[in-house]
Amino acid sequence: MAELVVSDLRVVFGARKAPIVAVDGVHLVVPDGGVVGLVGESGSGKSTVARTIVGIGAPTSGTITLGGEDLLARRRGVSAVQRAKDVQMIFQDPYSSLNPRMTVGEALDEVLSIHTETPKDQRPASIRRLLDLVRLKAAAQEQYPSEMSGGMRQRVAIARALAVRPRLIVADEITSALDASVQGAVLNLIKDLREELGLSMLFITHNLAAVRYIADSVAVMHRGRIVEQGPATDVVAHPQEAYTRELVGAIPRIDNAGTDYLLRTLEQR
Amino acid sequence: MSQNRKPSFLRSPMGLASATVVGLLVVLAIIAPPLWGAQASTPNPANLLRGPSSEHPLGTDGLGRDLLLRTLVATRTTVGMALIATACGAAAGLLLGALPSVLGARAQRWFSAVINTWLAFPVLLLAMLMVILMGTGTVTAVVALALTMTPSFARLAQTLSSKVGGSEYLAAARLLGVPKGRQFTHYVLPNIAEPIIVNVTMSIGGGLLALSSLSFLGVGVQPPSYDWGRMLSEGFEQVYTTPTAVVGPAVMVILAGVSFGMLGESLASFLRERTRGRALSPAKLGPAPVTDPLELDPLQEDVLLDVKGLSVSFPGADGWVRPVQDVSFTLHRGEIVGVVGESGSGKSVTMMSVAQLAPAGAAVTAQRLNFDGTELAGMREQVAAKAIGTDIGIVFQDSLTALNPALRVGTQLAEVPRVHQGATKQEAHERAVEALDSVRIPNAAHRATLFPHEYSGGMRQRALIAMSQIGKPKLIIADEPTTALDVTVQQRVLALLRRECEDSGAAALVVSHDIAVLAELCQRILVMYAGRIVEDVDVRMLAHPEQLAHPYTRALAASLPDLDTDRTKPLATIPGEPPDLSKPVTGCGFADRCALASDRCRTEVPVLVQHRHGGQVACFHPQDGSSPEDSGAAGSETTLHEAHEEGAVA
Amino acid sequence: MSAPAVPSVQTTEVPVPRGVGHLGRWSAFFARRLLRSVVALFVIVTVAFLVLRLAGGDPVRSALGATADESVVQARREQLGLNDPLLVQFWNYLVGLFRGDLGSSLVTGRSVTELVAGRLPATLELAGLAFVVVLVIAVPVGLAFALLTQGGRRRGVETGFTSVTGFISSVPEYLFSVGLVVLFGITLKLLPVAGANHGAASYILPVLALGLGSAASLSRIARVEALNVLSEDYIRTARSKRLPAWMINFKHALPNMLTATFTIGGTLLSTMIASSVLVEQVFNWPGLGTAFVQAITTKDYGIVQGLAIVYAAIILVVNLLVDLVLAALDRRTTLLETA
Repeated sequence: MAELVVSDLRVVFGARKAPIVAVDGVHLVVPDGGVVGLVGESGSGKSTVARTIVGIGAPTSGTITLGGEDLLARRRGVSAVQRAKDVQMIFQDPYSSLNPRMTVGEALDEVLSIHTETPKDQRPASIRRLLDLVRLKAAAQEQYPSEMSGGMRQRVAIARALAVRPRLIVADEITSALDASVQGAVLNLIKDLREELGLSMLFITHNLAAVRYIADSVAVMHRGRIVEQGPATDVVAHPQEAYTRELVGAIPRIDNAGTDYLLRTLEQR
Repeated sequence: MSQNRKPSFLRSPMGLASATVVGLLVVLAIIAPPLWGAQASTPNPANLLRGPSSEHPLGTDGLGRDLLLRTLVATRTTVGMALIATACGAAAGLLLGALPSVLGARAQRWFSAVINTWLAFPVLLLAMLMVILMGTGTVTAVVALALTMTPSFARLAQTLSSKVGGSEYLAAARLLGVPKGRQFTHYVLPNIAEPIIVNVTMSIGGGLLALSSLSFLGVGVQPPSYDWGRMLSEGFEQVYTTPTAVVGPAVMVILAGVSFGMLGESLASFLRERTRGRALSPAKLGPAPVTDPLELDPLQEDVLLDVKGLSVSFPGADGWVRPVQDVSFTLHRGEIVGVVGESGSGKSVTMMSVAQLAPAGAAVTAQRLNFDGTELAGMREQVAAKAIGTDIGIVFQDSLTALNPALRVGTQLAEVPRVHQGATKQEAHERAVEALDSVRIPNAAHRATLFPHEYSGGMRQRALIAMSQIGKPKLIIADEPTTALDVTVQQRVLALLRRECEDSGAAALVVSHDIAVLAELCQRILVMYAGRIVEDVDVRMLAHPEQLAHPYTRALAASLPDLDTDRTKPLATIPGEPPDLSKPVTGCGFADRCALASDRCRTEVPVLVQHRHGGQVACFHPQDGSSPEDSGAAGSETTLHEAHEEGAVA
Repeated sequence: MSAPAVPSVQTTEVPVPRGVGHLGRWSAFFARRLLRSVVALFVIVTVAFLVLRLAGGDPVRSALGATADESVVQARREQLGLNDPLLVQFWNYLVGLFRGDLGSSLVTGRSVTELVAGRLPATLELAGLAFVVVLVIAVPVGLAFALLTQGGRRRGVETGFTSVTGFISSVPEYLFSVGLVVLFGITLKLLPVAGANHGAASYILPVLALGLGSAASLSRIARVEALNVLSEDYIRTARSKRLPAWMINFKHALPNMLTATFTIGGTLLSTMIASSVLVEQVFNWPGLGTAFVQAITTKDYGIVQGLAIVYAAIILVVNLLVDLVLAALDRRTTLLETA
């Protein structure tokens, strides 16, 4: 794993006449072995940041380095397999991020054959270990994604990313497509994996509470800019910026059960 | 989906029939020319233009040749031409459709403009041009047909491959460093192959008809060769004397056209059903399952809605699917009650059934469905809907799809006053603007004249709330009213909903998967799991999970991180999956995921009973240690949590 | 919240261009579509010009027959300008087209423009009437059967509908024509079967022959579209307002199913124009189609060339109109922004 440094990242979409600035001067550091949360609402630019870091989109300006090496320059120079070893992404929707025509075993075997020296006869053992790592039974490798629940699919997607042994993992809203009772399990899994494997991770979400639980530090994005960053618990407990305060105040809380909290928010505006 | 009952393609009567006919045609195309070819083209001057006889069942043509044999022999030419033209068109189309995906966006636009324009030109026009270039003949017809088919295949390939090209699984494959060739063979091809095969099959039928048209016009096959179209054109010349001459080729053309088309359609529906399963018809399924009759209490005075023994069933591939089973609850006037549950728990279906808006095909049964003093159970849906009138207002989940894209927002709001309150057009419009204004939509008079897509998401949701209010309902049902919204917008929408209820005195049933949303909004919540209500509890209890009675409710309240969750401890989770409701569930639906489940839980369905926390619970082992059923097994809170965590890891 | 909608899909933050007026987008859309049609027409004209010149053998010779005197052939070639350099010929040809000259017959030297002027109305009447019949049948039938078979109800009706319409749409127009001639003209002797000189009655069979197949396939499409629309959330919203059934079906469902139905209907119209050739042939209709078939049998490629351009132009104009109607129907104006 390695340190990710994003500096002065700008991403502009659209025609020259009516440009849309999706990301506007973002600085972000994910330390080696650290988990950083990137929080924002829809349209804040957080997903664009993620896609730029993994190389799905290109930045308009700015630099991205991984372990001190210029990632953007490196991408042009090395093979797809090498690029894959730098950053892996876990997508939001496990229903669409797995090839419907490949069993779980085939999907993992493909990655192992590309990224490891494991001989063919030893790959089944590696696949079992990977499935074990994400708390899936070995029998899962015979299944197609359509035969699995959302939570199981997301575990497969995590295992697939881990099989590459990337230096950085970008997790893009990985719990928001899942049911409440499954979300917690995936968060637990990420936390366990982090301890077991020392993952460096950029955890992107709209859910401040999830970030607070999983990340060391958090950056809050709003309209393409990072408006506040700091240790996750501090930012949530003592937000400094007005937007962060609004965000924290808007999170529905069980503690407000049976109160008129909602009606009071209406009076404040 | 069950493994043992996978529909076999040949099991469907249409698939079997069309496959048989197509098979016969292919056999005929192979064996007919060598068997009868010579005989069919030998003229017999003694036997010109005869009608049907025992010797010549379909009669003879102008040169005295047997029409039946000629019809059979012509199978090879006709079907062969159609196959060749379709194959060429499909190959060219696939190439043309797949090529732009590797070129830039600009080239892609040009390609699709060319394909779209080309698509407009029917086979006859291209045949006209080909005729000038190559004269009339078989090759001309085949080339013209292939050229006509190319753009439609190109468009299909383009649509399909761009769908795969934009898919997350292909994006993931690229990120994983999967080589380009393998991306194509293992990701793109398998995912576009089926619709293309289906389309090619159907196109053979269409191509066959088009080719026969060309031959009929004299543009296609030229004498002495002949196909069905040519034979029809020759037969038509004598239609006044021997109309039977057209029968053979006409029957064959139609038979072949229909069976290739049917084969394609059966293939398509086979593929559809293989992934989704086809629901059986209600006639085959028998009557929808009902629950055992309950003893009904007398109606209470201040109760607005009293539901007893509500069940909803849908026809499924293996029998009735029962998303809602034996649901009972009451709602008092002015009360806001939340309904929480995971996807598939039946919460939305329950609410829609109460509102008489269950999807078509649903079988809704209830022993009591009393709304505001009117008994709706047993009424026909239209009658019940009339009885409800505007007394139930509904806020739907997705405001973009819940509003009609073709009508102005103001018009959609004004319908209720217009239809139900006898307002004039002007009055109704004014009321619509007032309603929009009351949910704080700025510049409401102008916004009423806009279409839904011109609103932002939060504003659309507020417009939906305004619409649910405009009939002055006694009950508002909100189905996941904020699920698609950002938290800041969500808070505003929820606050407005709460205020509208307080102002108008309406009661509300709010469905959500997010227990925290309901905690802030409601007075009481109903927890649904696997089609049943498992707990009915005062919302204030949520802040004290140790007082909740059902293990599922407890886990639900504790499973999501809050802003003050202990980061050093794992989150409480529930192992396993909810049961499959297309199969009968015996006992408690939660038993398989519950660390405290006993044998009784797996055999007997727990019913809702009064509980000491003031609400009701359906559990044999309720969790605050009060149940007489549960003498020794009642674990403390810590054992429950530990049990769940172990379960999650195991 | 401010007015401009923020794109809500997180993974594709595709910006919507702002600040361009609705009228501006309309005229830009119209200009793009017009340009595309003009380019397509130019391509067709060029191809039509080239195929006649590049075709193997001498078209004039094959039109006048092998026995025609060489001097006659040469005179006709000279008269048609076929001995000029290719570019000069093309220029003259284009100039001629602009003046409304569609070339002339290789056999008689008669002007194609005159031929078209005399016969176009009959063809347009036939195709136009048939198209109206198709829409009038298909849309209500599709909606009615969608209402009947909604939510998997009445499986028998559904199977019956799909089999019957599937069968009818698999019967080519010329077979319909032959069948109708045999049934009504020869067996029952009820209706005229040839020509257009019998008043309204002479239209019945040709219009039916041309329209039935398309009506069947369009009503299948209309039913599927109507089923899609009826399962949309906004129909449930309308039901939740307890509106009368006619209001839900006609005010809320119908406009939304029309767009998709017209899209397919538009492509059907061009197919029908082409298919009218077959129907005209069977009913001996005094339109362009019979002239075209005659020109083919007499190998008069001068007429074929001119008619090909006329048919192409009709189809392009029809498609342009269909696109404009669709853009006007489509409230979300997605068409204006794409393509």
